[in-house]
Amino acid sequence: MTLSSTNRNPQLNKHGELTHLLSIEGLPCDMLTRILDTAIPFTEVAEREVKKVPLLRGKSVFNLFFENSTRTRTTFEIAAKRLSADVINLNINTSSASKGETLLDTADNLAAMQADMFVVRHAASGAPYLMAQHLAATGQNHIHVINAGDGRHAHPTQGLLDMYTIRHYKRDFTQLTVAIVGDVLHSRVARSQIHALTTLGVPEVRVIAPKTLLPGGVERLGVRVFNDMKEGLRGVDVVMMLRLQNERMQGALLPSAQEYFKSYGLTMDKLALAKPDAIVMHPGPMNRGVEIESAVADGTQAVILPQVTFGIAVRMAVMAMLAGA
Amino acid sequence: MPIKLPDAEALCQILADQLRPHVDLAHTALVGIHTGGAWVTERLHAMLGLHTALGVLNVSFHRDDYNQRGLHANTQTSHIPFETEGAHIIIVDDVLYTGRTIRAAMNELFDYGRPNKIELAVLADRGGRELPIAADFCAHTLNLPTAQMLELERAPDGTLSFRLTDK
Repeated sequence: MTLSSTNRNPQLNKHGELTHLLSIEGLPCDMLTRILDTAIPFTEVAEREVKKVPLLRGKSVFNLFFENSTRTRTTFEIAAKRLSADVINLNINTSSASKGETLLDTADNLAAMQADMFVVRHAASGAPYLMAQHLAATGQNHIHVINAGDGRHAHPTQGLLDMYTIRHYKRDFTQLTVAIVGDVLHSRVARSQIHALTTLGVPEVRVIAPKTLLPGGVERLGVRVFNDMKEGLRGVDVVMMLRLQNERMQGALLPSAQEYFKSYGLTMDKLALAKPDAIVMHPGPMNRGVEIESAVADGTQAVILPQVTFGIAVRMAVMAMLAGA
Repeated sequence: MPIKLPDAEALCQILADQLRPHVDLAHTALVGIHTGGAWVTERLHAMLGLHTALGVLNVSFHRDDYNQRGLHANTQTSHIPFETEGAHIIIVDDVLYTGRTIRAAMNELFDYGRPNKIELAVLADRGGRELPIAADFCAHTLNLPTAQMLELERAPDGTLSFRLTDK
């Protein structure tokens, strides 16, 4: 079975409403815009005396993390709690899966506990799709699935919060040049960003990486490829850095962290080639001195911490849209 | 028989006259419910010459029909630019109907603090209440069948008018 073998978009219900968030790929521009619009009023909830709204009161959200993550899990937990949901965190690599329970058995068991929403992080690409299809096949359409990162495939809420951040600072997607820099090959974040940027009408999306960290045929996603970072950064409005995972150093893909920093680390000197008002983004956690220089990370053009804050609002909006569908 | 709709501009004037002896220019705060209530609030604020900042409420987060209808697409952010703790607040809306919007608005306000007093001012009360809520200030009352919606509109030049539509 391939992901594209389903006839209709499994993310939308028969009324065209978002019922699962599995991938940005396949969502139309107006749906992405709608999610970004819906997130706007949620940004303000964090500034109130009472940082909570009752939309998901009485609902149970299960964070199913089959792969380690502290940051993403925490932001989903905060988002669900600010919507008044009950949140149950399951770190499955230390639980049932290690005892041999399958993904779908886990889903069925939690469904029997009256779950309303699954937030799924899994090392295998397509795991959240499998879960959503299983729920549909077993008549459990009232349970919603959010992909919190699956293998190398997608990390849609990260892509959406990045789009929210870009729109917040740059307003109009259709005038922008955006560069994505780093380990595109292994990055689900990069895939979600590329799909979101092209769907929202960004006229020029660039990827900047060494040949060893680029997937074959990446140009087919509608991006311009640069192997020279200085060339790629020239005149861009937005620089989106990717995290370099340390384990990549162990293979033959990269010489050393120092070498990588020299060629692909974002320094003040290289950033000067972008537009003077260019913003710098990073999905975190950052490797200072590997993909980004501290002076840039802490500089005036960095919007890395606002990304985190906007991420809560975007996740609240997605959860509220799904639970209301 | 077509129902004759009241003149919204005249009602703003009537409502301002009702409120004038009652408000403290330095302390009473007006909060309008997005969108029609916010338009009326802007008018009243200018007519009364209040010194307090005006607030706006988006009640989507507290609506009781979320489970039936989902989240209403609404990009307007609630904005309460004053200390609500201990404040005298008048919630302003264009049309009072079931009372459910007003309940949601009060819940929303309480997320910012505990006001000393909340009152309700509306341009028109069309009947059909489903909750024990009444307006303290009301410029016009009329009875409309449930199949009809009374909505406030704002023309490009800022003129307010009522429109009757079928649900």
